[in-house]
Amino acid sequence: MSEPISVLTQRYDVPDAHTLAGYERTGGYQSLATAFDQAPTDLVSQVKDAGLRGRGGAGFPTGVKWGFTPRGTGKPTYLVINADEGEPGTFKDRELMERDPHQLLEGIIVSCYALESERAFLYLRGEYLWPGVRLEHAIAEAYEAGYLGKDIKGSGVNVDVTLHYAAGAYICGEETALLDSLEGRRGQPRLRPPFPAQAGVYGMPTQVNNVETIANVPHIVQHGVDWYRSMGTEKSPGPKLFCVSGEVNRPGNYEWPMGATAREIVEVSCQGMLDGRELRFWTPGGSSTPLLTGAHADTPMDFEAIMEAGSLLGTAAMQMFSDRTSVVEAARNWTKFYEHESCGKCTPCREGTFWLSQIYDRLLEGRGRSEDLDLLDEICDNIFGRSFCALGDGAVSPIKSSLALFRDEYEHLIAHGRLPDGIEAHTDAVDRNSGHGRPEQLVGA
Amino acid sequence: MAAPATDRRAQQDAHPSGDERFALLDKALKRARFEQDQLVELLHTAQEVFGHLSDDVLIYLARQLRLPPSRVLGVASFYHLFTFEPPGDHICTVCMGTACYVKGAEDVVRETSEAFDVPAGETTDDGRLTLWTARCVGSCGLAPVVVFDGTVLAKQTPQDLIAHVRELLAAEDAAAEEEAG
Ligand SMILES: Cc1cc2nc3c(=O)[nH]c(=O)nc-3n(C[C@H](O)[C@H](O)[C@H](O)COP(=O)(O)O)c2cc1C
Ligand code: SF4
Ligand code: FES
Repeated sequence: MSEPISVLTQRYDVPDAHTLAGYERTGGYQSLATAFDQAPTDLVSQVKDAGLRGRGGAGFPTGVKWGFTPRGTGKPTYLVINADEGEPGTFKDRELMERDPHQLLEGIIVSCYALESERAFLYLRGEYLWPGVRLEHAIAEAYEAGYLGKDIKGSGVNVDVTLHYAAGAYICGEETALLDSLEGRRGQPRLRPPFPAQAGVYGMPTQVNNVETIANVPHIVQHGVDWYRSMGTEKSPGPKLFCVSGEVNRPGNYEWPMGATAREIVEVSCQGMLDGRELRFWTPGGSSTPLLTGAHADTPMDFEAIMEAGSLLGTAAMQMFSDRTSVVEAARNWTKFYEHESCGKCTPCREGTFWLSQIYDRLLEGRGRSEDLDLLDEICDNIFGRSFCALGDGAVSPIKSSLALFRDEYEHLIAHGRLPDGIEAHTDAVDRNSGHGRPEQLVGA
Repeated sequence: MAAPATDRRAQQDAHPSGDERFALLDKALKRARFEQDQLVELLHTAQEVFGHLSDDVLIYLARQLRLPPSRVLGVASFYHLFTFEPPGDHICTVCMGTACYVKGAEDVVRETSEAFDVPAGETTDDGRLTLWTARCVGSCGLAPVVVFDGTVLAKQTPQDLIAHVRELLAAEDAAAEEEAG
């Protein structure tokens, strides 16, 4: 049995935690002295030993990735904080930045020191206006108090933070697309290698890390590896923020040790499913991770166990849906998202997501054809593993998994032209993704 | 790869229209030291100042940064937050992400659209309200979510939202009437 914990969220109930005064009063910035007393490479080892794994989706061991940073090249090294948070269902980084922005800054300072980097770029999702306000204020305060800038608190360490507002493109969360975007270009993924650790922003060695990942770092430095490993599992240690949404009584961000089960989180933190409904399907890590069913509710939420169950922990965005909700409709809604967000660089994803979306419209409008399910399968197979970046794989996750787990709902739709009894339709056709003007030709240029 | 070295030679003359808003953009250009890699930030500024990105503004930015106009338009059109047509006085964006969707976002869009006689994606004829839809704005715990003039409104029923907008417009009408005497 796991219990909710309070490490990253320990200041969420402190009303002034977002100010420097509130943060310092509650023990903030205390890891800096401990960190600066050690060699940078020792800190990298510590993060490696703690077993911290990236919280941006892929779960790659952070210390190992940091180890790829070349040292002593004479080139500047950059730290990029990925705060683009666009994975549908994910809202943990937003709350972290709104409620405790200094915790992230402390993580940035310690991480920069460990990487021997003097500049961090914070790539913030463009829609995140309020987190931006909080961050700008926190950064200004940190400079004022000497936690940022030259010679931090007399340590000789220099760290500058540049806040960059993104402009609305999910693909820019992909780390190489993010780098191009940061350089003022269209955010489309780069070919790897070279990996960002070797050649990232402006061709310099760059580490790209998620907000929550970096927020873990000061706690590891301050309280040690053993303490950190006392939470979670052997291979997935530490605290984790779970973003729960959908048909539960109390949706929100909840902090539990890695390895807590969906049932525990939903029962204890969310007070169960809405109106006592039955859990039918859910995403363990955002819409790019294959769906699981109610039968998987007791799977530990860690990277290994969720993978064994056939999905991925991703961003730990748990979107919970009941027996009243149509999985075909949910899959269509996600497919529309990927259709809209495909960056257009490679054909399988650019064309495939449009075809998939058309088939879903047809199915849900009662015009499904008997060959449509095979067609869905085939298009998915042509996208999965054949696209330039991981967006393509993510796009087919809800489709492939729902076809495998809930084929009967698809078949019912084709046979009867409507959803099975008891499953609600939420739909009318609305022109989606309509928020953006399409440019005409530039004239006179 | 890295942006080409910056050209810090004297930049083009100010915008010939004399429109004061270009002075704000010029200031931002100077702050960015006319660096080409600041294009996204400058587009943000331009949109803030002008409300949308017109051809005129895009060409001006291209000239000042010594970038081909195709590059400026290419970047601007890639990102969803940039818009090329003037939006209305108020922008109402309804989240259609899946968490909001299962909590009735579709009804919010439809009923709002009917109440103000404006199709999703467009602006009312009097130019006062723009109704947009978006995908997952990262507040799924508050579903269904509406972003109204940049502020997140939580758990919106169609009635909530319509009442909110009506109130706001009525208050503006009243203020305008008072001013007119
Ligand atoms: C389409 C796509 C979108 C992504 N979006 C994000 C994001 O918004 N935030 C994030 O931290 N990582 C995102 N990632 C993962 C990043 O590419 C990268 O793995 C991560 O930022 C590394 O940080 P971490 O090791 O701390 O997890 C995305 C990946 C893909 C393929
Ligand atoms: S998979 Fe999709 S998002 Fe990724 S490069 Fe190809 S078109 Fe772009
Ligand atoms: S689905 Fe609406 S905020 Fe995430």
